[in-house]
Amino acid sequence: MAGDDVILVVEDVVKRFGGVVAVDHCSFSVRRGTITGLIGPNGAGKTTLFNIIAGFYRPDSGRIWFEGRRIDGLPPHRIFARKIARTFQIPRELKRMTVLENLMLVPEHQCGERLFDAWFRPRRVRRQEEAIRRQAEEVLKFVKLDHLRDAYAANLSGGQKKLLELARTMMSEARLILLDEPGAGVNPTLMRDLVGYIQHLREMGRTFLLIEHDMDLVMEICNPVIVMSNGRLLMEGTPEEVRRDPRVLEVYLGA
Amino acid sequence: MLQLAVYGVISGSILALGAIGLTLVYGILNFANFAHGDLMALGAYLALFFKVGLGLPMWLAFPLSMLSTAFIAVGLDRVWFRPLRQRGAGVVLLAISSLALALILRNIIRMLWSPQARYYSRTIHFPFTVPLLQVRINWQQVLIFGVALGLVILVTLFLQRTKLGKAMRATADNFQLALVSGIDTERVVLWTWLLGAALAAAGGILLGMSVRLQPIMGWDLLLPIFAATILGSIGSPYGAMAGALIIGLAEELSTQFIPTEYKGAVSLLLLVVVLLVRPQGLFGGRRR
Amino acid sequence: MELSGLLAALVFTSIFAGIYALLCLGLNLQWGFTGLFNIGIAGFYAIGAYTTAILTTPPSPYHLGGFQLPIPVGLLGALLTSGVLAYLIGKPTLRLREDYLAIATIGIAETLRLVLKNEAWLTNGVQGLRDIPRPLPGAFGRAYDLFYLGLVVGAIVVVYVASERLIRAPWGRVLRAIREDEDVAASVGKDVFRFKMQALVLGSMVMGLGGGFYAHYVKFISPETFNPLMGTFIVWVMLMAGGSGNNRGALLGAFIVWGLWSLSDLVTGLLPPPLDTRASYLRVILIGLVLQGILLKRPQGLLPER
Ligand SMILES: Nc1ncnc2c1ncn2[C@@H]1O[C@H](COP(=O)(O)OP(=O)(O)O)[C@@H](O)[C@H]1O
Ligand SMILES: [Mg+2]
Repeated sequence: MAGDDVILVVEDVVKRFGGVVAVDHCSFSVRRGTITGLIGPNGAGKTTLFNIIAGFYRPDSGRIWFEGRRIDGLPPHRIFARKIARTFQIPRELKRMTVLENLMLVPEHQCGERLFDAWFRPRRVRRQEEAIRRQAEEVLKFVKLDHLRDAYAANLSGGQKKLLELARTMMSEARLILLDEPGAGVNPTLMRDLVGYIQHLREMGRTFLLIEHDMDLVMEICNPVIVMSNGRLLMEGTPEEVRRDPRVLEVYLGA
Repeated sequence: MLQLAVYGVISGSILALGAIGLTLVYGILNFANFAHGDLMALGAYLALFFKVGLGLPMWLAFPLSMLSTAFIAVGLDRVWFRPLRQRGAGVVLLAISSLALALILRNIIRMLWSPQARYYSRTIHFPFTVPLLQVRINWQQVLIFGVALGLVILVTLFLQRTKLGKAMRATADNFQLALVSGIDTERVVLWTWLLGAALAAAGGILLGMSVRLQPIMGWDLLLPIFAATILGSIGSPYGAMAGALIIGLAEELSTQFIPTEYKGAVSLLLLVVVLLVRPQGLFGGRRR
Repeated sequence: MELSGLLAALVFTSIFAGIYALLCLGLNLQWGFTGLFNIGIAGFYAIGAYTTAILTTPPSPYHLGGFQLPIPVGLLGALLTSGVLAYLIGKPTLRLREDYLAIATIGIAETLRLVLKNEAWLTNGVQGLRDIPRPLPGAFGRAYDLFYLGLVVGAIVVVYVASERLIRAPWGRVLRAIREDEDVAASVGKDVFRFKMQALVLGSMVMGLGGGFYAHYVKFISPETFNPLMGTFIVWVMLMAGGSGNNRGALLGAFIVWGLWSLSDLVTGLLPPPLDTRASYLRVILIGLVLQGILLKRPQGLLPER
C-alpha cells in the first residue's frame, strides 16, 4: 500500500518469566509518523514488550525489525543507536545529577566521552559541550523546565520527572519513541501540555508507540490503537473501533 | 583419589553450614555479608571459651556456642545493620559496613584469645583404614561429618516441613513477592539471623576441631562460602549445600594437580567460571 | 633539634599519606564516580609494587630478575600489570550485579597474596623483595625524604588533574549516570560495560602506581604489607571520610585518616608490652567503628560531591 511506511515490525514475540507468559506470541507493526497507542489492563505485558523492543529483555522467541533491520537481541545501547528511544513507566531520573546534566548526557557521538579527547582535546570537547548545552536548554524551555535546569533531578515533582523522561528522548535523534504511561499521575494542566508536546514532536517527524491508561488521551491522539490482554494481542483498530469493541470492554471490566 | 574425595566431602559439609546462613541473609536482606566468615570464627572461639574457659564438655559447649552466636547475630543486626537499612543505605554500603564489622569481630577475637592458633584439645586422633574403601580416616573426622550432616538434614527438614522454613525460602527467593503474599518478613529476618548464625557457629567449631582455631579463619572461609553461595544461586539453601560440596571436593581434589598452597584459589577459579558461564548459579532461574 | 625531628616525622608521614591519596584517587574513579565496588585494592597495590620491584632491582638469585631497569620503566610496568589485572577481573563481572565485582576483587587480592607467598622463584616468597632502588639515592642528603615527598605530590597532581579533566568531561557524566542508574545510561545509548571497564582499569592503574611509589620508598616489600586492612579497608575509610565523588575529599580523607592512624600508632607504641599489642587491635576496632559512624551519620563525607 502506498504511504504505508512501516517503521517497526514485531513478529511472534514470546517472553516468559518462570511460569508467567508475559508476552504471548505478539505480532503487530507500527507505521511511520503515527502515534500508535498500546493499551490493556495492568499486567497485560505492555511494559515487558517495551523492554524487549528496547533491548532490555531478550525475547524467548520471535523477531523484531526496525526500519527493515533485525534488532531483537541487540543490547539497549545498540538499539538506541538505531534511533529508538524509550521512557520508563516509573520515572528513573539520575538523582544526583542536575536536570541539565540529565539531558546533556543523551546525545550520541560526544567526543568528550572518549578518553583521548577528554584529556587532550579540551577545546574541541568544550565546543561540543556548548552546542549540546544550547540544545538541552532549548528542550528545557520547550517543556517549561528551564527554571529548574540546575536543580538536582531528585528534587523534581512527580509530574516534572515525567517531563524529564520525555525531554530525554527529545535530546536524541530517535525516530521511534516508546513512551510508557507518560500521563500517569500527571495533573490535568500538565497533561494538556504533554499532549501538545507529543503532537508537536510527531509533526516534526517522530513516530510514537505509547502506552497509556488515560482513555481520553488515547482516544484523542492515538491512531491506531493496539489492545493487549494477558500477553496477547487482542485487537488493533482506530480509536472508534476499539471503543466499540465488546472484547475490549470485557477485558477492562474483567480486570 | 577416593581418600581426597572423602576429605572433600567432610570439608564441604563444614562449608555448607556457613554457606546456608550466608545465602539466606543474602537472599532475604539482599546484601553480601562479608562478616559471615568472622561470625563462624566467633562461634568457634565461643565454644573454646565454654570448653576450655569454663571446662564444659564439648557436647555442651557446642550447642551453647551456637545459641550465643545466634543471639549475638540478632543483636548485631539490630545495632549494626538495621540503622543503616532504615537510613535507606544501598546494598553496597551495607556490604562495606559488614566489612567493617568483620574486621571488628576479628580483632575482638585477637584481643580476647590472642592471635596464636588454639585447639579444643591436644588429643591426637589416630586414623584407621575403612575396610573395602581403603580410605584412612579418624574417629573425629567421622564425628565431624556426622554432626555436619545431621545439622544439614535438620535444616533441610526445617525448611521443607515447617511453615516458618517455607516462608524463609520464599522470602530468600523473592522478597517482594513474599511481602505481598503476606509473609511476616520481620519475623523471617529475625529467624534468618538466628538460624544462619547458629549454623555458622557450628561450621566454625567443626573447622576448629578438624584443623585449629585462628582469628584469621573467618576471613579465609569467606571466599569458599561466597563461591558456594553463588555457585548454588543466591537465596537457595539447597543450592548452597550443593555448592559447598562442590567447592569442598574441588579444593581437595585440586591438590592432585596444583600445590596445596593454592587450595584457597580454587574457590575463585570456580567462581569466575560460574560467573562466565552461568551467572545466576547452577540452581537458579533468577536474572542478574 | 626537636623541631627538625618533628618536621622529619611529618614529612615521613606525609609520604605515606600521599601514597594512600593515590589509592583514594583510584578508588574514587571506581566507587565515587562509577559505583564500582572494589574491595581488592590491596591486589592492585601489590601487583604495582612487585612489578616495579622486579623490573628495577639488581639481578638476584632469589627471585625473577631483577632487571635493573630505570625506575620510570618500572612504574610504567606497574601501570601495565595493574591495568591488565583489572581488565581480567572486570571481564567476567562488570555485566553482573554490583557485588559480584566485590567478591571477585577480594578473591583476586587473596589469590595474588598466595602467589606472592608461594612462588618464590618469582617473588622470593614470604622473604619479600629487598634492595629496591630509590630514585636519585645519593642526592639531597638529609632532605631526601622531602625530595621523595615532592615526587609523590607530583604524582598526585598529575593524577588529580587527569582525573578531574575526565570527570568534568562528558566521560565523567556518563560515569555518574551509570552510578545513578545504569539502565538509564544504557537506554540513552551508552555502552555501560565499556565505561565501567575504563573506570575500573584506570582506577586500578592509579592504585598500581601507588604501589610503585610505596616500593621505591620503603625499598623492601613482602606479601604481608598488602593485607586486607592496610591495603584495602583503610582506603575505603579514607574515601568515605573525605567524601566519595569528590577528588579533593579523597585527598583530604587520605591525609586526615592517615594522620590519625599514625598518631594512634604513636600512642599505642608508648604502652608497655602486653598492652601495646592489645591496643593495636583496639585501633583496628576503632577504625571499623569510625567507618560505621560515617556511614550512619555522614555518608557524604567531609567534602560532599558538590
Ligand atoms: N522482571 C519480571 N520478572 C517477573 N515477572 C515479570 C517481570 N516483569 C513483568 N513480569 C510479569 O509479566 C506480566 C506483564 O507485566 P507488565 O509487562 O509490566 O504489564 P503491563 O505493563 O502491561 O502492566 C505481569 O504478570 C508481571 O508480573
Ligand atoms: Mg506497565
